[in-house]
This record gives sequence, C-alpha cells and structure tokens, in this order.
Amino acid sequence: MNSAPRVTAPRILEVRKNILKQNDEIAHALRKRFEEAGVFVVNLVSSPGSGKTAFLESTLTKMRSEFRVAALVGDLATENDAIRLARSQVPVRQIITGTVCHLEAAMIERNLDGWNLDELDFLFIENVGNLVCPSSYDLGENLRVVLMSVTEGEDKPLKYPSIVNSADVAVITKTDLADAVEFDWPAASKNLQAVRPGIEILRVSAKKGDGMDAWLKFITARRRDVVEHLVWHS
Amino acid sequence: MHELSIAMSILDMAEEEAGRRSAEVDAIYVKLGALSGIMKEALLSAYDLARTETTLETAQLVIEEVPVMIYCPRCQAPRSVPSIQQLSCSECETPSSEILQGRELQVVALELRS
Repeated sequence: MNSAPRVTAPRILEVRKNILKQNDEIAHALRKRFEEAGVFVVNLVSSPGSGKTAFLESTLTKMRSEFRVAALVGDLATENDAIRLARSQVPVRQIITGTVCHLEAAMIERNLDGWNLDELDFLFIENVGNLVCPSSYDLGENLRVVLMSVTEGEDKPLKYPSIVNSADVAVITKTDLADAVEFDWPAASKNLQAVRPGIEILRVSAKKGDGMDAWLKFITARRRDVVEHLVWHS
Repeated sequence: MHELSIAMSILDMAEEEAGRRSAEVDAIYVKLGALSGIMKEALLSAYDLARTETTLETAQLVIEEVPVMIYCPRCQAPRSVPSIQQLSCSECETPSSEILQGRELQVVALELRS
C-alpha cells in the first residue's frame, strides 16, 4: 500500500558550498590587498596565558628600528593588551570581539580603516586566546604561528590537533621556565611533528630575549621570499 | 564555541537556496571533516537552538563525518591515518602533511519540497 500522497516528491539539490565561504572570500580579498601593498601578515594563535602579548611586544620593539610594523589585537573584552603593546611605540589597534571567540576576516578588514598598508612591512594579528575556534577562520595572513608555553605541558598539540595542523610554524614560549616545570623537549617536538609533520619549531623566552633573534630572522626571511616572489612576477 | 555561528551560516545558506526556488527544506546535508575544528554533537545542539522560530524549524541536519586522508609519499597513494593526533600513513607509518580530505566544513545538498 502506498503512503499518503504528497503534493510533490522531495528532491535533492546539490549545493557544495563552504559554510565559511563568506569569511573565505573576505580573507581572499585581504590577502590580495596585503600582497599588493607588500605587507607580510602574521596571525598569532594560542591558548590564553601562553605569553602572546609579551612575545608580540618584544617582537614589535625589536623590529621597529628596521621595519615598519603594526599590530591588531583581538580580545573578548578590555583594551589591556593594546595598552601594553603601545609601549612598543608602533601603531596598535584593539579589536574587542564581545562574545565572539575568534577573529574573523571581516573584523580585520574593518579595523584596517585609516591605515595605509603601503607604509607597512609587517602586520601582526594577535588572535583571541583560544586553541579551538580561530583554526577555521582564514584572516588573509601569510603565516600562522601557533604558540605554546612550556608551562602548558608537552601534550597540548595532541589535545588541539586542528589548530596545530593549520599552523605554519610553532613557537614554544617561556623557555626560561622549562627547567622549573621539567619540560620534556623531545616529547613536545614529537607531539608537534605527529600532528603537523614537518612543522618548524622555534623556542623563545620573550622575558630573557632567548631565541628572539632566530624568530626575527625566520620571519624576515619569510617576508623576503614573498616580496621576491612578487618582484619576480611583476 | 563557535558552533552556533556555524549553525546560523548553514541555516542562512539553506534559506537562501530554498527561497530562490520557493521550496521548503526537509533536510540539510553537511560534510564535517575530522580536522574542521567543529564537533558533530556540538553542531547538532547548536543547530537545534538556531533553527527554532525560523522558516527551517522542521529541517533536519544530516552530518556526514569525513575522516582524514593523506597522500603517502612512500606508498604513493591516498591513505588513512591512525588518528588526527598522528598524521602518518596507516600502512607504512610515513608522516605526511599533505591532507587530501578531512578539513571539510561544507553544505553538500538540500532536500527540498515545493
């Protein structure tokens, strides 16, 4: 016996659209703008308290004599990070996300208003402290850096594989505390490599300055690659 | 927790497609990669919350979970991985960061009724 007749049979419509399509499109446009202006963009992601702000303050301070640098800082609330970063005497803007747990490309686009990107060599974006949500959102960056402090434990990459997998480089911070917490370096490296095979791992202590030169060398080389690539194609 | 905004984007997409065809939506089919950063259960509950009092209140969300596949440089073939904590070939254990699938966060199809 047939079931009750329907007006029309259901039909399947193929869609195949990325759910984050809108963000991806804005990120794509931003990437193009950044490329045309010759600004190298770095997105810093980590859990809260990993030392992102101290690391960024040290980076900005060390770079400003040689490069034109600026920073956008995301937080759920307060302008404390921007105030701290302003000590580095480079342009800094706070993005208060309210209840949003990550930065989105549209927030970056809005907050670039009034900045002349042609006058910048590097733009740093400090994402909201969160190891889950920022992984899905492309901000148009050239380089995604995942930070993890020695005090968080060696198994952090295994707990948050998605974001580590989306990163281009890993920076282990607060290395001056490594001995005190008996940080297991081989285990940390093994876990990072398991989740993101081939990832480059840098070690820094923003407080003592250890490893900062290697980090600066690393990003300036990366920027040079991008700029030379542009010259080659222009 | 950004599952709610993901759920709302799914509803917006479905609403737009269905509206264009003056149809009602019975079901929304979504592909969710193991590395998408979104949990199936969390997305389902966020979806339940987001769809109330919308035109899609009765539309089902059907989630297909997509496991990670890598390209193994040694086997020279697509291979599965032991887990998302270990991106290496399940056959020969060679690590690979060349991901063929597993990052999906995609609406694949709608079941419509006119």
